[in-house]
Amino acid sequence: MRTKRILIAAFLATGLLATATVSRSQEIPDVIMLNSLASLYEPVRFDHARHIKVMRDCGACHHHTIGAPSDDRNCGRCHQSMEPKPAVACRQCHAANPFTAEYLKATHEDKNRYHRDKPGLKAAYHLSCTGCHEKGSGPTGCTDCHERTDAGNQFYRSGKYAPAAKTVKHH
Amino acid sequence: MSGISRRKFLKAGLVGGAAATLGMSCKAWGAGSFEGYPEGMGVLVDLTRCVGCRSCEAACNKEQKLPEPDRPFDDLSVFEEKGEDGTTLRRPDEGHLTVVNKYTPEGSKKPVYRKVQCNHCNEPACLTSCFVNAYTKTKEGAVIYNPKICVGCRNCMIACPFNVPGYSYSSVLNPVVKKCIFCYDTRLKYGKPPACVETCPQEVMTFGHRKDLIKIGHERIKETADRYVDHIYGEDELGGTGWMYLAGVDFEKVGFDTTVGKDPIISNVKEFLGTVPMVLAIWPALFSGFHLLAKRKAHGGHTDSQEDHDHENL
Repeated sequence: MRTKRILIAAFLATGLLATATVSRSQEIPDVIMLNSLASLYEPVRFDHARHIKVMRDCGACHHHTIGAPSDDRNCGRCHQSMEPKPAVACRQCHAANPFTAEYLKATHEDKNRYHRDKPGLKAAYHLSCTGCHEKGSGPTGCTDCHERTDAGNQFYRSGKYAPAAKTVKHH
Repeated sequence: MSGISRRKFLKAGLVGGAAATLGMSCKAWGAGSFEGYPEGMGVLVDLTRCVGCRSCEAACNKEQKLPEPDRPFDDLSVFEEKGEDGTTLRRPDEGHLTVVNKYTPEGSKKPVYRKVQCNHCNEPACLTSCFVNAYTKTKEGAVIYNPKICVGCRNCMIACPFNVPGYSYSSVLNPVVKKCIFCYDTRLKYGKPPACVETCPQEVMTFGHRKDLIKIGHERIKETADRYVDHIYGEDELGGTGWMYLAGVDFEKVGFDTTVGKDPIISNVKEFLGTVPMVLAIWPALFSGFHLLAKRKAHGGHTDSQEDHDHENL
C-alpha cells in the first residue's frame, strides 16, 4: 500500500513535469498522468509515446490544434488552416465541470456559439479513449486503465462494501 | 299561455346549452398548448454513448439516500434479470429511481443500453391524474411530488405512459409513490445537474436548457448522420418531455413506445372535463323542464293545466 502511494506520488510528479514541459517548450511528453479528476478511480498513467507509435495520427485525439489535419470533417469547415494552437492538452478546452450554471447561461444566451456541445473533460477522455479502443484492440474495462479507489468501492457498494443482505436472504 | 312559455323555456335551454358546450370546449382547447416553461431544463440522453456501467444507478442511490441494493452497482448480471413474465426488463421502483437495461437489437453490432427514469413531461399525466394535487411541474422543468400530500392511491402509476412511478410497498403505515425528481431538492433548484448526469463517464446525458438540447440533438444528428436515427424521442412525444433521447437504432427496438403520439395525455380528457361545469349548471334546469313537460303531456286537460299553473307559481 505504501509503495503504491509512493508510486502514485512519483507519477503525479512526472505528470506535473510533463504538462509543464509541454506548455513551455512544445516538447511532446512520453507519459502524461491524467489525474485532475481522480476520485472514484486512481489517476491514469497515459503512455503518450506508445499511442503516438501505434496511432501515427495526432489529429485523431487533438482535433485541429496541433497542426495535423483532424479526423473530424466537421472541424475543417471552420478550422481550415489547422495551425498549431497554444492549448493542446484535453483539459485546456474540455471543462472538468461542463454543466455549471454559468457555462449553461453563457451558451444559452450566445446564440452564435458553435462549440455549445463540447463534452466535459471526463467525457472527452472516455469517449475518445474507449471509442478508439473499441474499434482497435485497446482495453475497454474500467479497471484496465485505472484502479478503483476505496471511495470508488464505497460508491459502487463493491469489494468490502458489497451488500451482504442478498446471501443472507437465500439461507 | 303556459304551454308557450314552457316551449320558449325549453328552446332557450337547448340553445343556451349548445352555446355553453361550444364555448366551454373552445375554452378547454385554448388552454391546451402548454409547451413547458421557457427556461425549463432538461437532459438529452445519447444511447449511442452508454456502455452500461451503472454508475448513474450508484449515483442516484447515494444522492437520494436510497436503501442498500441487493447487489453491487458494478454487478452487470442485473441485465439478465427478467420480470415475472420472463420478458419484461427492470423498471424503477421504490429502491431504484433509475435503472439501466440492456438490449441486443437485430442488426446492431453491439448491445444498446438504456437508462430508465422519469422523463419529466411538459404536461405530466401523473400530475393530471393526481386528485390531491401532490404533483408539481416546477419552472426548472422537474416533475416533483409532495409525499406528505400523497394519499397513495396510485392513479399516477396507471396514468404514466412510461410506467415510471414506483410505490413504497414496503411501508405498511404510509405507502407513497416514489419516482425520480430530477434531484430537484438537492441540485436542480440550485442550477446544478442531477447526480446521474454528473457521474456518467461517457456524458451519455447532456444537461441544459430544454430548448438548447433540442438544437444540440439535431446538430449531432446532422453532423454524424451515420451514428443516429433521425429523431429525438421526447421532443414532441406526449407534448414533449424534459428528458429526451438520441439513438442509433429504431427507438421501438430499445423499449421506447413509439405509438404514444404527440398530444399530451391531458388532451384525451380536456374536452370532456370542459363540459363538466356546463353539465352541472345546465342539466338540472333542462331536465326539470323535461320533467314538467312530460308530466303535462301524461295528464292533459284543463284540470291538469290548472295544476301546472300552481306548479309554476311555486
